[in-house]
Amino acid sequence: MSAILPPQERVWWKQPLDRVELIWIVVALIWCLIMFFMMPYWHIYGQQNLSNEAYRSKPEDFVRKTEAMIAQYKVREDGGDLKVPVVRPPAGSDVYMVAQLWRWYPILELEAGKSYRIHLMSLDWLHGFSLQPENINIQVHPGYEHVLTVTPTNPGTYSIICNEYCGINHHTMVSRLYVVK
Amino acid sequence: MSVNRMFRTCPTSGLVFHEPAEKLMRWNAVAAVVSLLIGGLLAIGVVLTRWQAVHLLPPDRFYQYLTAHGLNMLVFWIIFFEIAVLYFAGSTLLKARLATPKMAWAAFWLMVLGALVNNYSVLRGDSSVMFTSYAPMGAHPTFYLGLILFAVGALIACFVFLGTLVVAKAERTYHGSIPLVTFGAVTAAIIAIFTIAAGAIILIPTFLWSVGLVPTIDSLMYRTVWWAFGHSSQQINVSAHVAVWYAVAAIVFGAKPMSEKVSRTAFLLYILFLQLASAHHLLADPGLTSHWKIFNTSYAMYLAVLASMVHGLTVPGSIEVAQRQKGFNHGLFEWLRKAPWSNPAFSSMFMSLIGFGFLGGISGVMMGTEQLNLIIHNTLYVPGHFHATVVVGTTLAFMGLTYFLIPVLFRREITFPKMAQWQPYVFGLAMMGVSLFLMGAGTLGVPRRHWDIGFAGNAFAHEFPGAAWLMMALAGITGIIAIVGGGMYLLITVWSVFLGKKIQTPGFQHVRAKDGIAPAPKPVAAAIAAHHPGIGAGGMVAPGTFALAMVFLTAFVLYYFINWKYLSTVWPLK
Ligand code: HEM
Ligand SMILES: [Cu+2]
Ligand SMILES: [Cu+2]
Repeated sequence: MSAILPPQERVWWKQPLDRVELIWIVVALIWCLIMFFMMPYWHIYGQQNLSNEAYRSKPEDFVRKTEAMIAQYKVREDGGDLKVPVVRPPAGSDVYMVAQLWRWYPILELEAGKSYRIHLMSLDWLHGFSLQPENINIQVHPGYEHVLTVTPTNPGTYSIICNEYCGINHHTMVSRLYVVK
Repeated sequence: MSVNRMFRTCPTSGLVFHEPAEKLMRWNAVAAVVSLLIGGLLAIGVVLTRWQAVHLLPPDRFYQYLTAHGLNMLVFWIIFFEIAVLYFAGSTLLKARLATPKMAWAAFWLMVLGALVNNYSVLRGDSSVMFTSYAPMGAHPTFYLGLILFAVGALIACFVFLGTLVVAKAERTYHGSIPLVTFGAVTAAIIAIFTIAAGAIILIPTFLWSVGLVPTIDSLMYRTVWWAFGHSSQQINVSAHVAVWYAVAAIVFGAKPMSEKVSRTAFLLYILFLQLASAHHLLADPGLTSHWKIFNTSYAMYLAVLASMVHGLTVPGSIEVAQRQKGFNHGLFEWLRKAPWSNPAFSSMFMSLIGFGFLGGISGVMMGTEQLNLIIHNTLYVPGHFHATVVVGTTLAFMGLTYFLIPVLFRREITFPKMAQWQPYVFGLAMMGVSLFLMGAGTLGVPRRHWDIGFAGNAFAHEFPGAAWLMMALAGITGIIAIVGGGMYLLITVWSVFLGKKIQTPGFQHVRAKDGIAPAPKPVAAAIAAHHPGIGAGGMVAPGTFALAMVFLTAFVLYYFINWKYLSTVWPLK
């Protein structure tokens, strides 16, 4: 007679559905389809899609490319004694950012409204790229060079914090990103 | 064969217990409650540290407590309890003897050993790697070893459960098909088996890596396989707590599933469509394509989400039908108003249903959408979401079931019955608060697993908005209330089980199964033709539930599109 006893009618699969259930199943199914189509739709018409471009890279190579970019486009240092280089690469160029225990390196200065190909990779463990207060969050893997085409909108000072737990100093892994006119 | 065939019939519920099964259920339940106690104590440290105004623990302790909190709660409390539920659904509901009690004991002790070994590794202090233990961050070998032992134990227990079904079928202890609740438990067990297989594929190599026998573990491979394990195990919880919802509806109201066909198909969808949905944990990862992500999170149309939406309707729907048949047939909601709100089994179950659907379900689908994931990945939104699913949903449902099990399984009266009436509300409502506030903080960008969002002394300190700090304080306050609610549960259960008034069964004696068990009752010929004549409105048997479902759908649609709107304002990205 109930859910904790065997079904009362032996041939339960032939029982008709009640209208409530039937309507709900149809409505829920339609809603699920809408939610499904939203994802491809956004790939075509939306602006915010995570890039599928990624390469396997060796840490040494990635560091080399990063250092080359810094040597070419460094404009100043930041962070007081930390002396973190700030680079201002030309719009449209390939830009590199290293994640490692426990820093983001270097600091980027980008122009609002221009697009950049940001290469993101970790040298050691997993890290989490979290751009605040924009709130864009991307997983950073060691050995996977992820290339994102980013277009900053408003000028200002942004923070990059690590939001993938990466050991005892995880909460100190924070850096800046400048967007200028 | 020296199988113990002792049974007893519970005088209050009429359930038939197989003595060895009963003892196993009791011990598994006790181990579960002990894990909950440990996890709850650790929650104090976690939540009071994240409340920045208190900031209780130093960083190393915080990460250590958080690791142990996650493991004891998510793994040990939940799974020990689930094993008890499996034995209940297999042996008790089918009036069958438990297959191979010896193996079941071996399983139990392996699980206990695994839990101890794993906790030992975290206690050492060199394994604060969180329950996800993402390689290449490594823990002490005993960390993985403990989990492997625990998983092997759980696997054996699943097979004992399946064996019990075979026994029941062979010994004809029931007529026709197995009850719906048992069917739900079978779903949970089947998902558990392939979940544990995925766990073995990832944990065994990682263990070998930790002792130096495997050179490297790829981080993306690790996350992919780990989540095949980690996500499916959440599906075990969903199947188990949905089965508990049906069970409580049946026990409290005598509710009959609205349609066996629909409910069983929905359980089947869980088995068919949940395993690979674990891709939704990888939406922000490089190296996987959008096609892969979209396909594996949706299967073209979210069939597993559909299944949960169906259960979310049929469980309250069956209660509504039962209530209307009892005469509470006025208006849309008399059935709900006149429900036994002071019965903790019912109030827990109902809050579990509402909290799981409205908070856990909607937020989960939002997070699992490829692009929307970008704005919450790894923020506190994620713990906010799963405290709604696994705490308000699973934990609260299990708590409700305990109130039913203490008299029938432990044969003790519930001590502090007044407190028991309040406990689900204190715990459930506070936990809904915790979930909401963590989600709020996550929406504002606050990271999860983070010791100091004030970034004290850091040259590049980020300043979170005041609202984020407020959310953390509110999560801290509701968290403490929830912990008090959890403490009430522990006090009531432990006191009742060990010191509660014994329920005496007059003339109780052990009887051999063959002599003692009356033949299963013949199914009564049903007068089903007119289905449920005379109840409901508008051609529906459960119009109130339908109205609630529409409220749910409206909330769902609005919230879903609000997040797309939010996403459209962040930096273009491709
Ligand atoms: C009793 C009240 C509880 C409170 C106040 C509480 C609070 C919290 C908080 C504040 C976090 C930390 C979020 C972070 O910093 O990332 C957390 C993490 C967690 N909680 Fe709870 N929790 C409670 C009960 C539970 C229960 C019953 C479960 C499981 C059934 C659970 C499972 C988890 C898990 C799996 C994590 C994630 C750990 C990690 O990120 O590695 N919690 N909890
Ligand atoms: Cu990091
Ligand atoms: Cu980190």
